[in-house]
Parts: sequence; structure tokens; C-alpha cells
Amino acid sequence: MSHGILLVFEVTILVLTVFLGFEVISKVPTLLHTPLMSGTNAIHGIVIVGAMLVLGLGHKGPFTWVIGFIAVVLASANVVGGFVVTDRMLEMFKKREPAKETKDGTKP
Amino acid sequence: MGTNLSNLFYLLTIATFILALRFLSSPAHARRGNQIGAAGMLVAIGVTFARSGLTSYWEIVLGMVVGGGFGAFAARKVKMTAMPQMVALFNGVGGGAAALISLAELHRLLPAPGRLHVDIALSIVLSALIGSVSFAGSMIAFAKLQELIGGRPITYPGQQFVNAAVIGLCLAAGIALVAGVQREWLLWGLAAGASLFGILFVLPIGGADMPVVISLLNAFTGLAAAATGFELENNVLIVSGMLVGASGTLLTMKMGRAMNRSIANVLFGAFGQVTAEAAAVAAGEGGGTVRSANAEDVAVMLAYAHKVVFVPGYGLAVAQAQHDVHQLADLLEAKGVEISYAIHPVAGRMPGHMNVLLAEANVPYTQLEEMDDANSEFPRTDVAVVVGANDVVNPDARNKPGSPIYGMPILNVDDAQVVVVLKRSMNPGFAGIENPLFYNPKTVMLFGDAKASLSQLIQDVKAL
Repeated sequence: MSHGILLVFEVTILVLTVFLGFEVISKVPTLLHTPLMSGTNAIHGIVIVGAMLVLGLGHKGPFTWVIGFIAVVLASANVVGGFVVTDRMLEMFKKREPAKETKDGTKP
Repeated sequence: MGTNLSNLFYLLTIATFILALRFLSSPAHARRGNQIGAAGMLVAIGVTFARSGLTSYWEIVLGMVVGGGFGAFAARKVKMTAMPQMVALFNGVGGGAAALISLAELHRLLPAPGRLHVDIALSIVLSALIGSVSFAGSMIAFAKLQELIGGRPITYPGQQFVNAAVIGLCLAAGIALVAGVQREWLLWGLAAGASLFGILFVLPIGGADMPVVISLLNAFTGLAAAATGFELENNVLIVSGMLVGASGTLLTMKMGRAMNRSIANVLFGAFGQVTAEAAAVAAGEGGGTVRSANAEDVAVMLAYAHKVVFVPGYGLAVAQAQHDVHQLADLLEAKGVEISYAIHPVAGRMPGHMNVLLAEANVPYTQLEEMDDANSEFPRTDVAVVVGANDVVNPDARNKPGSPIYGMPILNVDDAQVVVVLKRSMNPGFAGIENPLFYNPKTVMLFGDAKASLSQLIQDVKAL
């Protein structure tokens, strides 16, 4: 694909994502806004893919190595920390009488 | 693995992220959604490892072990009250990673024959700029919330001018790069300037406004990630980053509405200062008489009520009294009292923070009511118990146009038959504003530490 066509395609996706994002997020109740924030936080940890590509593909001497390595470290902290902390929070949201409940909190 | 195949797998990851957000619409399956998202992230990482031409496997794995180890450790250790600074920290490192990716990308591309594609140069500039602001701003937000530095707004004359000058220089460097000046130091200067701007821009914002700042910075990191997607021509980065950008933007606007303030006012208004002056004025006005009660009286009131609504504020979390509230509520429920909790959208230090703190104390989420639902319930409520909340129940927000919080939607606890306020003393709250609710004839004050008062109430209700 030529660069121009690819760019238009990417921008199309970007704009559609904005609408999709607003649509999906507006359905999240206030109750879950903190997990929403930490969950989306984990999702932008997807920069780890970029960091891996920089370290793994764009090798051009020690400079890129150092930058790429730090980027991988930071992005991994973002991904792992984000998902773990969100899981910890969501685990606590229970309907009633947690002692009698199954672990995933789905049974009333 | 070829590009087409890996892009298909990335599409799978995108789908899991959207599902993760979709599942957050109800607490019943939110956790499963998060696990699906995490699985999608693993797919993306696995696919990237399998990309043809990828080298430096061991370095990548080492970096992941170091970063992931730190992330897992911090995420497991953090207390629920410290959640806002944890989110700020993880948000900051994500922004930092995005900025570093763009620095490395430019280094790889330069010197380029002719000019760089304008869109590539633009996305490199944007992700360096936004990522650096997000990184430095989040670190300052973290330091403020962790109380490494003072939470009070820090201001000095000419502040807006300095901020404008710094960001102006960054933009000039960015424009030069996009226009085709092939100098790497320009991007480094831009990243350094943007980091400085991030620091300067969060420093003057008071602790009470942090929910807005954190959700805005969350949106920033998302946008920076989306920009790196354009650099690397990678859809999964574009879509995931933009989803976060949209989410953060929406939340920021919701927070602003819940405080009845524009985002610009939050970011540039240095609220804490303004209200300190207002408090000085208000303190001079004086109030009416305050009715105080002892725990025994309150216990009787609660035990013989039909419906009791608890209104928790951040003071409750500070006193670590969530468990005591829940215990008291359970006792009352056993006596046939209908219980619910009214949660203001800005209660706590980040959006929805109070819900998490109460969930941690095993309060069933079905009892947690949002502001609008709670407000329609107050007229048929016998006793509203305000624990550690102040500004979010201040009737001045409805009645007094001169008040700094006028127009902010509040919980109308004064619609209840009786209001019980648990409070340490008559000192004004975090924003330093006098609260006429305390002088309302319907209100009785139960003075003392929230935790101590609650355990006293528990004993007295048991004794009945």
C-alpha cells in the first residue's frame, strides 16, 4: 500500500475509534470509574509493542539500545501494574454476603 | 510472522480491549472483561515477538522482567486509599515510554534522504510532546498525592506567562521538525521542554482537583500511544491509544461537570488559593447554633429508622473507617433498617474512588447509589449520616451565588428527616468553605474521630 493510502486508512480508523470509545465508555457507571481509569491505563500499556519494535528492529547502535530498553521497562511496568491493580479492585466488587459467594463474584 | 498475519492478531487484541471496556458496564462481569483484555495484551506481545526480523530477544525479556516485576510488586502492595497515585505512576511510565519510542524512531530515520513524510514527523513530534507532558505531570501528581511534596497549590507571579513561553518554545521546535529541519537535538529539546511544562502545569493544582488532572493525563498518554501508532504504522497502537484518549477525555469532562467548573478553571485556576480567601470571608460571617448529640441518642435514632443513608467522604478513608461503617450498617440491617450509601462523583481522590474503598470493606455494590438516584431517595430517608464529607453536602452550592462552590451538584442530605454529621470539630473542610448544613435545625453533630464515633455507635446499637 502506498504511504498516502495507508495514512488515510489509519486516520479513518482513528476517527471511528473516537466514536467507538465515547460510545463504550459512556455506558460505564460512575461506580466503576476508578477501575475504568486503571483499566484504560493498562490498555495504553500497548506502547510495549512499540517499545519492543524499537529495541528489536530499529537497532542502530547503543543509543537506540538504551532508549529502547528503558521504553520496554517502563511499558512493562505500565502493562503489568495496570492489569494487576484493576483485577485487585474488581475482585472486591461483590453483590452480597461475600463469604457465601463464588470467587468471581457472579452469584448473588 | 509476516505483517498481514501479525496485523490480524493485533486486530484480535483490539477486539479484546473493546470487550474489556464493554464488560465494565456492570460490576458483575467487569473482572472477566479485564482478564480478557490482559489476554489480548499477551497476544499482542507474543505476536510482536514472532515478527520476522526481530532481534534482541533477551534484552526485551530482561526489560519485561524488570519493569513487569516492579509493576506487579507495586500493584499488589498498594493500599486502596493510595490508588490515585498508583494510577498516576503507571500512567506516567506509559507516557514516558511513548516519548522514548519517538526519540528512538527519529534517531533511526535520520539522516533521511530528502524530507521525512510530514505525517511521520508530526506523529513523532506529538508523541514526544504529549508523552513527556504526561510523564512529568503524572510524576508530580504522584509526588503530590503521595505527599512527597506539598499538596497545596504552588503559585508565583507570571506563572501563566512562563508556562506559555515554555510550551511556545516546544511548539516552535515541533513545527521546525515537521517543516523538515533534520536535527535530533530539536526533539530532545522539545521533550525536555515538554517535561518542564508538565511539571509547571501540575504544580499549581491543588490536591482536591487531582481527580481531574489524573484523568486528563490518562487521556494524554492514550493520545501519545496513538501517535506512536502512526510512527510505526501499527493499528493496535492507534486504536488502543485512541480508546484511552476518548475515555480519559470523557471522564475529565464528567469530573468537571460534577464540580461545576470548566476544565480550564481547574487547570489554571489554582482553586485552593481562591477558596482560602473565600474561607477567610466566610469565617467572619459566623453561623447559627450547632446542635450536638451523644452517640447513644444517635444510635437510638438509627435503630428505629426505616431508612438510613450513609454519605461517605474522603475523611472516612483517611480515618480508615470503611469497615466500621459497614459493620454498623449490617447491625442496622439486622434490625430491619433499609441501608444505602450515597456516593458523590468527586468523593475521594479520583473518579469513583469511594466506591472502591467501600467495596474493599465488603459493602455490596447494590447498596452504592449514584448522586441522582440518592437525591430522589433523600425525601423518604429518616436519617442521613454524613461521615467525613463536607463540600459535597454543602447547601451553599444550591443557595448562595457568591460561594466558590455555587452550582456544583450536591447530595441533598437536608431533604432527609434528620441529618447526623460525624465530624472531628467545626473546622471547615478541604476546600476551606463554611457549611450551613451544620447550623440546620434538622442537623445533629456527633463530634470526634470518625472511627471512634462509629465504634461507639456500633456498641450502642448492639446494646439496644
